[in-house]
Amino acid sequence: MALTPDDVRKVGSLARLALSDNEIARLTPQLNDLLAQFARLQELNTDDVPPTSHAVPVKALLREDVTAPSLPREEVLRLSPHVDEYIGGFIVPQVIGE
Amino acid sequence: MNEILTLTAAAIAAKVKAREISAREVTEAFLARIEAVDNDIQAFVTVTPEASLKAADAVDAKIAAGEDAGSLAGAPVALKDNLCTRGIETTCSSKILRGFVPPYNATVVEKLASAGAIALGKVNLDEFAMGSSTENSGLFPTRNPWDLTKVPGGSSGGSAAAVASLEASVALGSDTGGSIRQPAAFCGLVGLKPTYGRVSRYGLVAFASSLDQIGPLTRTAEDAALVLNVIAGQDSRDSTSVPRPVPDYTKALTGDIRGLKIGVPIEYFAEGISTEVRAFVTTAIGILRGLGAEIIEVSLPYTDYALAAYYIVAPAEASSNLARYDGVRFGARVTSAKDHIELFENTRDEGFGAEVKQRILTGTYALSAGYYDAYYAKAQKVRTLIRRDFDAAFEKVDAIISPTTPTPAFGLGEKSDDPLAMKLSDICTIPANMAGIPALSLCCGFLDGLPVGMQLQGPAFSEETLLNIAHTYQLETDWHTRRPTL
Repeated sequence: MALTPDDVRKVGSLARLALSDNEIARLTPQLNDLLAQFARLQELNTDDVPPTSHAVPVKALLREDVTAPSLPREEVLRLSPHVDEYIGGFIVPQVIGE
Repeated sequence: MNEILTLTAAAIAAKVKAREISAREVTEAFLARIEAVDNDIQAFVTVTPEASLKAADAVDAKIAAGEDAGSLAGAPVALKDNLCTRGIETTCSSKILRGFVPPYNATVVEKLASAGAIALGKVNLDEFAMGSSTENSGLFPTRNPWDLTKVPGGSSGGSAAAVASLEASVALGSDTGGSIRQPAAFCGLVGLKPTYGRVSRYGLVAFASSLDQIGPLTRTAEDAALVLNVIAGQDSRDSTSVPRPVPDYTKALTGDIRGLKIGVPIEYFAEGISTEVRAFVTTAIGILRGLGAEIIEVSLPYTDYALAAYYIVAPAEASSNLARYDGVRFGARVTSAKDHIELFENTRDEGFGAEVKQRILTGTYALSAGYYDAYYAKAQKVRTLIRRDFDAAFEKVDAIISPTTPTPAFGLGEKSDDPLAMKLSDICTIPANMAGIPALSLCCGFLDGLPVGMQLQGPAFSEETLLNIAHTYQLETDWHTRRPTL
């Protein structure tokens, strides 16, 4: 069940990665090597084993709902050169067609 | 060489508080050291002399005023560049975070500053902490101070190299699959990955959120205890940090391990671990036995499956965490895009390095419809089996000893074309992350001039036991006092 270069391109698109043909050629065998390693896990019978998503048992922690200041908008907008200071937002290419 | 550089953080803090030396003198000595040797080592991504001296002067002023300057007063610390520092660029050694100057500090950064530690700057890592040699840094590779042709390990390679070359008294790293312990082993240091939840991850750039943990890299177990005292504890800004009192870890350093049960897992001394490394650890086990520890053989049968399960879980979480780097709100942006999808795709293509892309793809695939059960769900179940292995072992023993890495540091470029061989260097360290338990590496000898590391693992929240075993071993041996020639 090896991945083809087209499969890798499709996964790249799901991950929002534009991959060049060279990268696809390099990544395809690498990913197939990894998948071959992963196949070993199928040797294990885990039918009655619960999954672990959190290694250390903790209860969901709730804190008091206290109002506190967020980061000032100007400071956050300073993180990108692509901002519209008048609107107070980040500029991106047009999303909705004309 | 300036004598100050060889002092531990504990000794520096004691001397600074006793006014034998000033925090400014200490800071100037370390800044001069960075100036002198970092061209060769390349540990630092950013050095902040002005801010460091200002912090040092503040410590000196507190002491002059008779105030408590903190348990790390004047101790210079290097911060892994995936810890957010307010007003100081934080790159994760990735091109995609070029120019990112965080508007806030990580909790650990604030805690260190409150304890009087002096941050010297930010140190190199494998991009987004993904790698085992620091060669995956998107900026430049770091070299091993013991041999400049070798890697310092990774991903906290800059942290390890900085402390080993006396450019900092201690450092912080992060550990997702061995990223503190493996470089500590390669550079002859103590490296501690605390229990998951012991230290707040707020402000640590997320890689794999169920595995990541921040910890110290130091020359002595005492310094590791001192740093852990400062950084441990619950934080309302990290809901996975555990509401559990923080003991004074230095009080646990009794130098007495008589009657302690230490397990030797056969699986960690198997094929794949070099015979020389096995011999060094076996010798160290003999020393611990001589100090009164009871040595018991144990078995962790699922060890062999941990690597495969980890390389599903970690990339899956990473693919999700790294979705935020889209070029819109911070970091680098490729501006030539005709629409927003192209903006994301081109920014991420140009901003991420080869290893990061490979892991994002692996994770995306493992989480995609139709494959989730075969990969991610399966790996989570195997994670349970690994945890149960440890639970069973810790019914019989207080701690487990093993090599930290299969070999000492390998050569720069030696494994960079073979991702699978590179990943095998984490085979002994990954299980602790999967089980969430604490683990510590310390030096147990030198092979051809390169440090060899041994690893201590214990049940959740047994940091005191691990630190005391390491401390007791260091009282008996002098590996930790050796210095590389630079």
